Amino acid sequence: MAEGVYPDDLRYHREHDWVRLDGDEAVFGITWYAQDSLGEVVYFDPPGVGAQVTADEPYGELESVKAVSDVIAPLSGEVTAVNEAVTENPDLVNRDPYGEGWLIRVRLDDVSSHGELLDVDAYKALLPE
Amino acid sequence: MTPRTTPLHDSHLALGARMIDFGGWDMPVYYAGINEEHRAVRSAAGVFDVSHMGQVDISGPGAEDFLQRVLSNDLGRIADGQAQYTLLTNDAGGIVDDLIAYRRGPDDFLLVVNASNTEADVAVLQAAADGVSVVDRSAEHGMIALQGPTSDDVLDGAVADIPPFGFAERTVAGVACLVARTGYTGERGVEIVTPADGTLAVWEHLLAHGAVPCGLGARDTLRLEVCYPLHGNDISPTTNAIAAGLGWVCALQKDFTGVAVLRRTKEEGPAQRLVAFRMQERAIPRGEMAILDRDGTSIGAVTSGTLSPSMDEGIGMGYVRSDHAGVSSAIVIDVRGRPREAVVAGKPLYKKES
Repeated sequence: MAEGVYPDDLRYHREHDWVRLDGDEAVFGITWYAQDSLGEVVYFDPPGVGAQVTADEPYGELESVKAVSDVIAPLSGEVTAVNEAVTENPDLVNRDPYGEGWLIRVRLDDVSSHGELLDVDAYKALLPE
Repeated sequence: MTPRTTPLHDSHLALGARMIDFGGWDMPVYYAGINEEHRAVRSAAGVFDVSHMGQVDISGPGAEDFLQRVLSNDLGRIADGQAQYTLLTNDAGGIVDDLIAYRRGPDDFLLVVNASNTEADVAVLQAAADGVSVVDRSAEHGMIALQGPTSDDVLDGAVADIPPFGFAERTVAGVACLVARTGYTGERGVEIVTPADGTLAVWEHLLAHGAVPCGLGARDTLRLEVCYPLHGNDISPTTNAIAAGLGWVCALQKDFTGVAVLRRTKEEGPAQRLVAFRMQERAIPRGEMAILDRDGTSIGAVTSGTLSPSMDEGIGMGYVRSDHAGVSSAIVIDVRGRPREAVVAGKPLYKKES
């Protein structure tokens, strides 16, 4: 993907995360812009299953060859799954950031809290030209 | 301040490079990706724009004697047409710059120096020149590194005869260049000093003949795998050349700036040494992380680190207390508050399978 792609069925956090809502759970990942800024992702340090993640706070780290970046939780909840495929092949985050490159699945503390997230147009408005 | 650009800047943008500020220069960090470019150099041939590097002419009667007084290595060991890796030192035995000296003839030398040190180097050299001509020619030159096992084929064998650390005047793509068998990757290759206005023609010729454009990102991972120090990271005016493991380019039997300090360091042994290490756990070391012993006591700091694209493990270099500097010594890297095990390893970290 040479150009930025931002699916309109996702919700977004200003720290360049996306959220796919699924009942009382949600899947988190990072946006095209985030993976493009990082460059080739070579390492994902995830939280453990069962760990609590807190909205607006880091829950894991992604490293590229040149840089390390905290991954910020868009919403609060308990980790129910970690994408082991990404810990094995971190470049999935670059190749398919909204699909195979998802990072964690979380049981939300408050299902209604997603109202604070951004829709695709509001998120795209935050991005530099 | 507007970043400086090389004669290849438009080409980098046209190739879709991700650009970064590197010591005041707008330079490509990668085109397709650091790992891909790294592998191209290890397995085939890559080209790097290193036009930001400085070129300084040293000439006139007494030029050799002058350089023998300010550079650490012994220029008496090379003949015309040969180059030598050497250090510009200060009175404390610290490293003002690391550079390559090219002997073009009696009392006629070219120094190729690190971009961000060029001005400081010229100032130090001119202050000590004592009548010898010291002229910064950086703006008149471009420079391209062609590196990798198939690099000779890219030029149809036209420079294959140049021996390691030899150089010659050659015409490349119709441009008169100085071609040297040197590099910063651990692979066979050459570095080509071009006239500034001929740089693009040489670059396009190399790309057209199959060399992969590579950015500073791959340049850094390649050099770190073979443990070449990076000035500003691993070595600096405050790092002792012996502690940095560069005693092999310090001719302590001759007199040069800082030699007394370096002789003493050699005799007494440095308090710290620059070592290479490999992570024993999945983690990537980064510059400035603390190095600990197994009890958690600080024994040094990381100066360079990355995930090795060739070996797919965290590697790095750093200074550690000399009693922990032996190969196989177990050390711990403080990775953002989490202790991660590592082991001191022999240099180079990466060796070609033969």
